[in-house]
Amino acid sequence: MTVASSPPSRLPPRGVAGPQSASKVRGVREREGRGDGPLAALFIAPALLGFLVFLLWPTLRGIYLSFTRFNLLTPAEWVGLDNYVRMVNDPIFWDSLWVTVEYVFINIGVQTVTALAVAVLLQRLTRSSVLRAVVLTPYLVSNVVAGIVWLWMLDTQLGIGNEILQGLGLGRVPFLADETWAIPTIALINVWRHVGYTALLLFAGLQAVPADMYEAAKVDGAGEWRMFWRITLPLLRPVLAVVLIMTVIGSFQVFDTVAVTTAGGPANATNVLQYYIYGSAFGRFQFGYASAMSVALLVVLSAITFVQYRLTRAGHTDLG
Amino acid sequence: MTAMATMTPLRPARRRLTLGRAAAWAAMGAFVLVTLLPFYWILRTALSSDAALAADPGNPLPVGLTGGGFARALGLQSTKEAIAQGGSGGGLVFWRYLLNSFVVSTLVTVCQILFSAMAAYAFARLRWRGRARVFGLFLAGLMVPAIFTLLPNFVLIKQLGLIDTLLGIALPTMFMTPFAVFFLRQFFMNVPPEVEEAALLDGAGKVRVFFRVLLPMASTPVLTLAVLTYITSWNDYFWPLMVSYSDSSRVLTVALDVFRAQTPQTGTDWSGLMAATLVAALPMLVLFGIFARRIVGSVGFTGIK
Repeated sequence: MTVASSPPSRLPPRGVAGPQSASKVRGVREREGRGDGPLAALFIAPALLGFLVFLLWPTLRGIYLSFTRFNLLTPAEWVGLDNYVRMVNDPIFWDSLWVTVEYVFINIGVQTVTALAVAVLLQRLTRSSVLRAVVLTPYLVSNVVAGIVWLWMLDTQLGIGNEILQGLGLGRVPFLADETWAIPTIALINVWRHVGYTALLLFAGLQAVPADMYEAAKVDGAGEWRMFWRITLPLLRPVLAVVLIMTVIGSFQVFDTVAVTTAGGPANATNVLQYYIYGSAFGRFQFGYASAMSVALLVVLSAITFVQYRLTRAGHTDLG
Repeated sequence: MTAMATMTPLRPARRRLTLGRAAAWAAMGAFVLVTLLPFYWILRTALSSDAALAADPGNPLPVGLTGGGFARALGLQSTKEAIAQGGSGGGLVFWRYLLNSFVVSTLVTVCQILFSAMAAYAFARLRWRGRARVFGLFLAGLMVPAIFTLLPNFVLIKQLGLIDTLLGIALPTMFMTPFAVFFLRQFFMNVPPEVEEAALLDGAGKVRVFFRVLLPMASTPVLTLAVLTYITSWNDYFWPLMVSYSDSSRVLTVALDVFRAQTPQTGTDWSGLMAATLVAALPMLVLFGIFARRIVGSVGFTGIK
C-alpha cells in the first residue's frame, strides 16, 4: 500500500483542466506566472524540506551506499560492484527472494479471490455500512497485533486452531514451526488483516457499475453467476488491475508479521527479503550489502509499477 | 408448488435466487466469523489465567477468570506476584508506550496533514514559476517504496543524533507524504474559483483565504486522511523498531513484541500478552468506532492511490 501508482495515470486530465479554468478567472487581475511566488515558497517550504531530506536524499544515498562497505561506525568505503557480485552469488539472497515470491503468490491469490467474493456479496446482498465496518476491523490493528494473536490461536499445544483440528480428528499442525506450513500461515495471517480493506476498494469499484445493467440482465433471464462473469468482472477489470498491483507491491514489503511470529525461521524458511535485509544491516552491520539488496527490491517493485501502467491503460481502453 | 412454478416462468428463478441468497449470507456469515473471532479470542485469553489456560485450552469462555493479565501488562503487579501467575516479571509499563505512541502519532498526523495541505494549496491554487516541475518531482516520490528509504533514513537520523527519541521516530513522515499532497491537491483543484474570488474581493489575503475558507471546506477529506494517517502511524513497527532502543522512545507495537520475547521459564504468558495486545489495539478500535461511517465510505476514495 505504500507505493501508489494510479494517480499519475489519472492525473493529467484533471490537472490540466483545473488550473486553466482558475487562471482564466484570475487572468483579469493577475499576469500568468507572477504574483504568488513568495507565498507559494512559504507554503511549500515544509513539505519540500521533508521531501528533499527524507525522501529524495535517502533514495540517492541508498543507491550510493549499495556501492560501499559501511558499518555505521567508520565512513563508507567505495567498493564498486562488490556488494552486487556478492548478492548474485549469495544462495541465502536467492532463497529469501524465492520465499518472498512464494509469500506474495499465496497472499495475493487468496486475498484477491476472497476480497472479490466479499465485495460482490456486499454489493449484491446489502447496503449495510455496519457490515462494511466489520469487514474493515482487522485493518485497524497492527501487523504486530495480528501476528501475536494468530501466533496464539495457532499455537501447537494450546492454540484454539489445533484444539479444533484435534476435535475434528485431524492431527495437530505446527503451523509456524514447520518449514512447509510457515510461509502459507504467515501469508494467510496477512490476508486476514488486509482482505477487508481490499474488499472495500473493490466494492468502491463495483459502485460504478450501473444498477440497471443488472436489472436488464435479470429480465433477460441471467442468473447471479452469469451476471458476475458477464457484467461485474469485465467492468471491474481496470479497478482490479490497480488494486492487484497495489497489493502486490505492498505484500513484497512483508516484514512485521515475520519478525513477530517466526523471526525468519525455521531454518530460513520464512526469511523474506525484507527480513534478510534487516538482519544484514542491524544484525551484522553490513549496511552496504543491505543497501544493495534494497536496490534489488526497488528494481523488482519498479518493474511491477511499470507493468501496472501497461495494465491500467489496457484496462481503460478495454472498458471503452 | 410445482404447478405454480410451471405457470409463471419467473417464479423458479426467484426461488433459486432465494436459495442462492441464503448460501451467500452463509458465506458472508462465515467470513465475518473468521474476521471477528480473533478479537474475541484476545479478550477471552486476556481475562483467563495462565494456569487455567494450560489445563483447558479449548474452552470458549475465559478460564480462571482474572484481571491478572491486565495487571501484568500495565505493570500493576509486583514482580513476585507476576512470576507466580506465569508472567516474566520483566519491567514493561504499557502506559508509557501508550503515551509514546500517542505523542508520535499525533505529531506525525497534525504536522503531515497541515504541511501537505499547505503544499497542496500552493500546487492547486497559487501561480508560480516551476510549479509543474516541482509537482512532477513530488509525484516521482510516489514511486519510491517507503521501505527503500528506511535504511538511509536510519543513517541520517543517527547522524542527526536523534536515535532513541520520539522526534527521531516522527521526523521522516512529519513533513509530508507524496500521497497526502496529491490527495488534497485534487480536492483543492475542484473547489470552484468563485469561492476564493469572493473572499479575496472582501479584502482577505491568500493566507487567510487558505486557513479560513479552503481548509475548513476541506474538513471531510482532511479528517479522513487524518484518521487513516493516525492509524498507519500508530500501527507502524519497522521504523520505530530501528530507531528506538529504550523505554524513553518505545512505542506500543515495539513494546508488544518485546513483551512477547520476554518468555518466562514456565512458557509464554499468553493472558498477559493478550491483555497487552488489547491495550495496544483498543485506541484505534475506539477511534474507528467514532469515525467508522466516514472511513468506510471513503476507503475506495482514498484507497485507489
